Amino acid sequence: MQYRFKIAGGDFSNAGTVASSVKKILRQLNIDHGVSKRIVIALYEAEVNVVAHAYSGIVEIDIDNEKLRVTITDQGPGIPDIPKAMEEGFSTASPQVREMGFGAGMGLSNIKRNCDILNITSEPGAGTNVEMITYLKPDAR
Amino acid sequence: MTIKEIAERINGRVICGEEKLSEVIEFAFSSDLMSDVLKVDRENILLITGLANLQTIRTSEMSDINCIVFARNKKINSEILSLAEENGMVLIECPHSVFKISGELYNAGINPLY
Repeated sequence: MQYRFKIAGGDFSNAGTVASSVKKILRQLNIDHGVSKRIVIALYEAEVNVVAHAYSGIVEIDIDNEKLRVTITDQGPGIPDIPKAMEEGFSTASPQVREMGFGAGMGLSNIKRNCDILNITSEPGAGTNVEMITYLKPDAR
Repeated sequence: MTIKEIAERINGRVICGEEKLSEVIEFAFSSDLMSDVLKVDRENILLITGLANLQTIRTSEMSDINCIVFARNKKINSEILSLAEENGMVLIECPHSVFKISGELYNAGINPLY
């Protein structure tokens, strides 16, 4: 099964609507609750990142019997130094993002903890691609 | 403690979710940083926060938190209220600080997470 969603950069009032939709889909598919929670938390953090930093983004969800793959492709400034961005506490967030309760430099580490495979590639000045894979059986990790 | 007892203990005003006031809460977590809330792996906790915006509700939705106390007299607007109602949450407004609310509820037997 495949699903596709759009994220508008800077649209703070809608940040989280994609993760909310995916949460409902996973519930309908009877995905294990703990697994589903990891997926939606990782997706929500990633969605907030797109809203906070990029101009626009596309979320593609691909579910098979074994795993769920989330691919988020954004058009934005990109990440010049990915290892640095992965460090807990490192943030380039605006005051507006901090007012939302984010921007403390924990997003990427929260994402990493909540998926089984994380691949981030980025072209500074063009955008970022985030791939998150989570196995659907809790013991498959 | 039931949510009703929690609201009374902190002089809180229940804004929505009155039908859930008899539900029992054992653990609470106080934070204004939503990324910290997303790290909590226990469910059915009470969130005490001074952050009153849509992301408080969205974060709680992702974290399966159904009861939120808004400290420091933060007001809930109609957008926040509607999203909370959609998710079946109890929202409580409270005039006290996060510190005082946390202290009162700790004394009353609500457990910390860490």
